[in-house]
Amino acid sequence: MQIPYTVEERPDTGLYNAKLGIWLFLASEVMLFGALFSSYVLLRTGDPGFMTIPHEVAEALGLHGEAHRWSDELSVPLAFVNTLVLIFSSVTIVMSWASLRLKEFAKFRLWMGLTILCAFGFMGIKAVEYSAKFSHHLYPETSNFLGIYFTLTGLHGLHVVGGLIVLVYLWGPGSKMWKSQPRRFVNRVETVGLYWHFVDLVWIFLFPTLYLL
Amino acid sequence: MSVLEKPPPEAEEHTGHHHHDPFWRRYIFSQDHKVIGLQYALTAMFFLLFGFFLMILMRWQLAWPGRPIPLIAGLLGEANAPGGIMLPEFYNQLGAMHGTIMVFLGVVPLLVGAFGNYVVPLQIGAPDMAFPKLNMASYWCYLPGGLVMFSSFFVPGGAANSGWTSYPPLSTIATQGQTWWLIGMVLLITSSLLGSVNFIVTIFQLRAKGLTFMKLPFFVHAQLVTSFLLLLAFPPLEAAGIFQLLDRVLNTSFFSPSGLVVAGEVVDKVGGGSPLLWQHLFWFLAHPEVYVLILPAMGIVAEVIANNTRKPLWGYKSMVYASIFLGFMSFIVWAHHMFLTGMGTTISSFFQTTTMIISVPSVVILSALLISLWGGSIRFNTPMLFALAFLPMFGIGGLTGLPLGLAPTDIHLHDTYYVIGHFHYVVAPGTIFAIFAGIYYWFPKITGRKLSEGLGKLHFWPSFIFINGIFGPMFIQGLAGVSRRLWDGGQQYAHAQPVLEWNVFMSMSAFGLLIAQLPFIVNLFWSIRKGQKVDSNPWQATTLEWAAAPSPPIGHGNFHEVPVVHHGPYEYSAPGAPNGYLPQTAPGKEG
Repeated sequence: MQIPYTVEERPDTGLYNAKLGIWLFLASEVMLFGALFSSYVLLRTGDPGFMTIPHEVAEALGLHGEAHRWSDELSVPLAFVNTLVLIFSSVTIVMSWASLRLKEFAKFRLWMGLTILCAFGFMGIKAVEYSAKFSHHLYPETSNFLGIYFTLTGLHGLHVVGGLIVLVYLWGPGSKMWKSQPRRFVNRVETVGLYWHFVDLVWIFLFPTLYLL
Repeated sequence: MSVLEKPPPEAEEHTGHHHHDPFWRRYIFSQDHKVIGLQYALTAMFFLLFGFFLMILMRWQLAWPGRPIPLIAGLLGEANAPGGIMLPEFYNQLGAMHGTIMVFLGVVPLLVGAFGNYVVPLQIGAPDMAFPKLNMASYWCYLPGGLVMFSSFFVPGGAANSGWTSYPPLSTIATQGQTWWLIGMVLLITSSLLGSVNFIVTIFQLRAKGLTFMKLPFFVHAQLVTSFLLLLAFPPLEAAGIFQLLDRVLNTSFFSPSGLVVAGEVVDKVGGGSPLLWQHLFWFLAHPEVYVLILPAMGIVAEVIANNTRKPLWGYKSMVYASIFLGFMSFIVWAHHMFLTGMGTTISSFFQTTTMIISVPSVVILSALLISLWGGSIRFNTPMLFALAFLPMFGIGGLTGLPLGLAPTDIHLHDTYYVIGHFHYVVAPGTIFAIFAGIYYWFPKITGRKLSEGLGKLHFWPSFIFINGIFGPMFIQGLAGVSRRLWDGGQQYAHAQPVLEWNVFMSMSAFGLLIAQLPFIVNLFWSIRKGQKVDSNPWQATTLEWAAAPSPPIGHGNFHEVPVVHHGPYEYSAPGAPNGYLPQTAPGKEG
């Protein structure tokens, strides 16, 4: 006996198994990032000096004059470009799924390829940001703000890398399934698309909370 | 699937040609829910026994502090027990690891990983879990998690020793074992995440034709709510675990306050962190975890009681709604573990109110089970004895929790043996008795043979007496104010002297409980080979798992034909029914 509803929808729930599965997984991810963001709020409100760069550290960084904030050390232009890159990748992944629905495999390849490039671009910009911090001797242990910054962006980065591996698989060797089981392949692209939107959404919250507030 | 599409190549492996599979595919990296259920069962029972041994060592120390441990002193190592006399540091390791192992490696994997995996797909008439590969991955995250925890006893400084709650800043400055504890927890959380997604999808998507939600056995409802709790409550602990790991490995200060002094020296950290934050994140999981421990146990008890009273569960619908309400409320009671932290009276008032509210659905479920006994012609077999014992034991556990849920009384009772007595009544003679009920009840389905009733009763009665001998006196000691953390059982404290004599009584009971498990272990091995052979439905039960063959064949597909459900889960004593009961698959009026 075969497991039912692996490909087609169950009539009364209107979902195939993997789609319900990914929604539940994303619910748990919401709780994970919800806890991380809440911790950020509690640590920041619990410590009056959370955002302030101590005087001697500021001197070492070459900052003079008035009190400086840790968030000023982050690069808003780079993060803004990264935000655009991720939003654009959310569009391209929808286009790749839509192309498959229209049975245009070549276009799927193109849009999925663009999504993968965006993901690499995001990670590249992230690497530039990280190395700039390290070159100024700013590490997670330097302050709780930087600790939160590295933890949140680091975990988000791991999610991007995880998604990237699946995207590359579906673009390359995994796309053979289009020939044997087209519907199941479309489902896979849809499922990873939902995950990709979530990763995008987390960044859209991360950007203002860490860089702007 | 549309007719135009070719069947997937995997289809072949789902059609039952599993006898060609090599041994390691069939029994080790198996994707069959029944084999995975048994893997979970055997591993978790090993850990349950191991956690029990840790407790036996502690009980020796509490009754006779400073006396060499007999027989096994040599195994403990000079670093832990020089000359067989236990060091306080080692006692702390035993305490932390007993709690961790019993909860995360013993009871939950048994209830959810073992019973859930084996029974839920059968009870909903499904060929397997929705994601067999994820199911396998879930076990293979659980086992390494367990092994990491187990091997942490052998790292320098020994295992984690900051309590099963791992409160910082103590846990941040603790020995290396704490890092292993955190890595083990991350693996266990991953395992639980994979499992809970799988259970929810399976229950929503793979129910047999005609099996609507209000026809599901209560056990399935309990597993469904439990899975939602695991899915949503564990991630915050994962976040907390990541923070604590970074505090320990990368020297961050998330949980380290400014100016922390250890052994006369200021700790080299920037500070500014919040130890209280860990407690919030920890209890956000650990309170729902209490319901993860109790809901499936209630599910097992409901199945056994309905079957052995030969009548429908009283208030089935109320029980279902109560369990959903319980699941929802369990997310907003966590801070009642923290009344003494100075978080403020407003927050305390909120959490003591929600705590009083959450006792209502528990009482609804327990009352429904109790009233279900009314007027039944009860069969007193071993599963039923354990299920019946569950009711008063869980009742004591629940009622003694009320003074802990109210801030004024909790301030006196917090961190005393009263707390230990309270939650052990819920989990040990409560949940673990339900687990035994489940083992005796479903053993014939798994093996095709019954466990011996004689040995079963020899297991039940002494266990029932001794377990009360351990936990009952804890209330007396706790009310006298004896702290739960004392490695000498209170010998050095004046206020503990009048209740000190109970230590020996409790420890003797614990050793008695250990001996009382021998008939059970003998029974398991003896009955697999020599037990009474039974047909597919030895208990004359109604639910779907009894429609499958005894010891259902391994490989996807549990039933000879896809079951179609016509009846509710507990149509016992149905008028005009052939043997006095209607199986869910019996032909009926509706389709």
